[in-house]
Amino acid sequence: MYDHDVLIIGAGLAGMRAALAATEAGVDVAVVSKVHPVRSHSNAAQGGINAALTDRGDDWRDHAYDTIKGSDFLGDQDAIEIMCREAGDEVIAMEHMGAIFNRDEEGRLGTRNFGGQRQARTFFVADFTGQALLHVLYEQIVKAGALVYEEWFVLSLIERDGECGGVVMMDIRTGKIEVVRAKAVIMAAGGLGRVFEPSTNAMICTGDGMSLAYKAGASLMDMEMVQYHPTTLKGSGVLISEAARGEGAYLLNSENDRFMLKYAPEFKELASRDVVSRCEQTEINEGRGIDGCVLLDVRHLGEKYISERLSQIRELAMDFANVDMAKEPVPIMPGMHYQMGGVKANVDGETGVPGLYAAGEVACVSVHGGNRLGANSLLDTLVFGRRSGVHAAERAKNTSHLSIDDSAAKPDRENIERLLLNDKNESFGKIRFDMGTAMKEHFGVFRENSSMAEGISKLSLIKERAQSVYVADKTNTFNTNLLFTLELGFMIECAETIASSAFDRTESRGAHTRTDMPDRDDENWLKHIVVSDKDGKPNISYQDVVITDWTPTVRQY
Amino acid sequence: MEVKLSVRRYDPESTNTVPHFQEYQLEMDEAATVLDALIQIREDVDGTLSLRCSCRSAICGSCAMRVNGEAGLACNTKVIDALPSDGTAIVIEPAGNLPVIKDLVVDFQPFWDQVKSIEPWLQPAGEEPEGEYLAPDEDMLHLAGVVSCILCGACVSDCTVLEVDSNFLGPAALAKAYRFVGDPRDDADGKRLKALNEEGGVWDCTRCMKCVEVCPKGVAPMDRIMSLREKVMDAGHTNTNGARHATAFVDSVRHSGWLDELKLPIKSFGIFNLKAMISLIPLAIRSQRAGKVPPLIHKNIPEVENVRRIFDKVENKK
Repeated sequence: MYDHDVLIIGAGLAGMRAALAATEAGVDVAVVSKVHPVRSHSNAAQGGINAALTDRGDDWRDHAYDTIKGSDFLGDQDAIEIMCREAGDEVIAMEHMGAIFNRDEEGRLGTRNFGGQRQARTFFVADFTGQALLHVLYEQIVKAGALVYEEWFVLSLIERDGECGGVVMMDIRTGKIEVVRAKAVIMAAGGLGRVFEPSTNAMICTGDGMSLAYKAGASLMDMEMVQYHPTTLKGSGVLISEAARGEGAYLLNSENDRFMLKYAPEFKELASRDVVSRCEQTEINEGRGIDGCVLLDVRHLGEKYISERLSQIRELAMDFANVDMAKEPVPIMPGMHYQMGGVKANVDGETGVPGLYAAGEVACVSVHGGNRLGANSLLDTLVFGRRSGVHAAERAKNTSHLSIDDSAAKPDRENIERLLLNDKNESFGKIRFDMGTAMKEHFGVFRENSSMAEGISKLSLIKERAQSVYVADKTNTFNTNLLFTLELGFMIECAETIASSAFDRTESRGAHTRTDMPDRDDENWLKHIVVSDKDGKPNISYQDVVITDWTPTVRQY
Repeated sequence: MEVKLSVRRYDPESTNTVPHFQEYQLEMDEAATVLDALIQIREDVDGTLSLRCSCRSAICGSCAMRVNGEAGLACNTKVIDALPSDGTAIVIEPAGNLPVIKDLVVDFQPFWDQVKSIEPWLQPAGEEPEGEYLAPDEDMLHLAGVVSCILCGACVSDCTVLEVDSNFLGPAALAKAYRFVGDPRDDADGKRLKALNEEGGVWDCTRCMKCVEVCPKGVAPMDRIMSLREKVMDAGHTNTNGARHATAFVDSVRHSGWLDELKLPIKSFGIFNLKAMISLIPLAIRSQRAGKVPPLIHKNIPEVENVRRIFDKVENKK
């Protein structure tokens, strides 16, 4: 058994930012991650990070409004204000830590345009901003000497009388299971992309954090809001950054028509992501697609500019689609990309379960509401990662460990034993694939009542089948087979909460578009759907959206 | 298309702990990557196969391994490109130069230790500015080429020096060191270059180019190591075997137009370094037997002044 003041689950941007903040506050901090920190999925963020810097003539209020409009007025405005006000400090802090960032002629940080925003306020490192920031935070963790349990897998959160007091985790390398007590646990375990098939997300994005918190009594919010990114590569579904459109790329249909001019005359290709994805899908559904795709064209930017600013995506398109973007347009399609919803948390990361905090994609503060703006996710991780770290440290200073002993690991030990002894014959890969394709079919870009009902019944069959997964690997050493089986359980739980929330929202808002109810209904639905676990079933309640200065209006781009 | 893979398996818990190759036959799409094939094995054929992988788009660095004997990322290596033309199997092995934990999973601890040893964080001097540090865009663009390193370990896997000298910092850590030395905001150059001049540092690279070849991100670690060598010497660290070797090389060619191989080891080690001189004797004898001893009298090549003019031109350009 180990003891720490603050234990952070996840070593992506949110987790490491939290770890730095908590370390600076002077408490004992440890991070646990199922992969080495630099393998975290924050890597995949390509385009940049938003901040309204006043010395660039920008105003955080404008950033806040763009975010609120982007959220289709489902974002909580008090939280959005905080994120946008603190954005500049976070970007500058990252620069001071070593992030390189592209510059302007005077050597100051340069910006690029991004979707759904009226100002160029996206700071960037070519088209691998997430990787660049992730590595800088890792450098800072090394410098601070913070303890990282690398390649440990969290099996459950330990909850006693409604409080969170630690975790049970397994060393992937040896199979050893340990209890870790913590005065505060920060959940920063990222998203759930693998619930959908295909997804831009890494294979590690299996909703562990949302599921673990949910089972420990925390609520999930806005789970129906699943972002489809407008530009993912044909076939592989690999992400092509919004930076391409930020730098001026066109979207073309089979008739060589820049179709966004018709749907979003002002913002064109840079309308918000939900809007662009819907328009693409409409073009494809109405027969103006090419093999289930539309085209992304950057040729007019010139080869030099492309290789300087979009080098990575050019390489990706060559590697994964055999297309040189400088020479021909790339076939792209909308692809599942981000979960706006997550563990319900306030602006200090508190989840409602004392001792449990949440930040980053795993959390829902809710700053993204119905649709996240591009380059707001990196910002979300840093601002709320830092705030969670500060507040968790504060709690740790004023509280003591709960009385927990090694027996807390008993249910997990028994569960793993059961899984290893299971002699049934379902394969986790097949079940995950079936779940993912069902989620895409019934809870994708367009949704509809009877289709969602069908999706829900498919899910319950899948849940049934998951009881019979056969774990072929019986060893203790790096048993990835066992891990996938555990992750499948997390994913199915997330899928259920997405499905029940989506089915419940009887309007169209943000990423949740119902063909049978195409209009937004502010009168009845300016509220969040909150799901909690009640005897193994999702239980739905509601919470009003916080509105400060910006009254909901018709949303046009 | 039909694909055969021969995968190196190792299970430390098995009674038979000798690594062995296992063959798998799969039906794959033309666009499939080696990682797709491995995932298919793991999900549909043999759940016991262990490997690390995550992003599937060459950014997380998890899936570095050897494909047909050469390191690379499984996720951006296409099956069709890796298929041997003679119809044999694609050979998949764990990354080299690191201990194997199980199957394709290696222990990265030595790798992280190397990275940590170069103090991999920005060390500016003086007060932090209120806003950002001002820095030229070209400098940052130049650094972007190194910052894009994803620490996948492909270069370390195939480094020919690490194969025989585990003390070597290795290409990834040295490229990372260059990232800080080359950063206009970093003020720890003096300390960094001094450390890099030590044994195991920049002079241990043999310039075999392997790291440049296998790097999936175009980081070109060896080129960064060569830049570091220049910076180390510019910083006044000229009294090491490596630095003296480089100087002797240049001096010889400038003077005679070609390399005086006899003087090279003497100048590199220093004539008064008796221990080193004695250690060279067996080599001298072997060379003598093989008829490879350079001429005792080293003559200038004809028109050596042209070579000297090249030197002048290059030096003036600097």
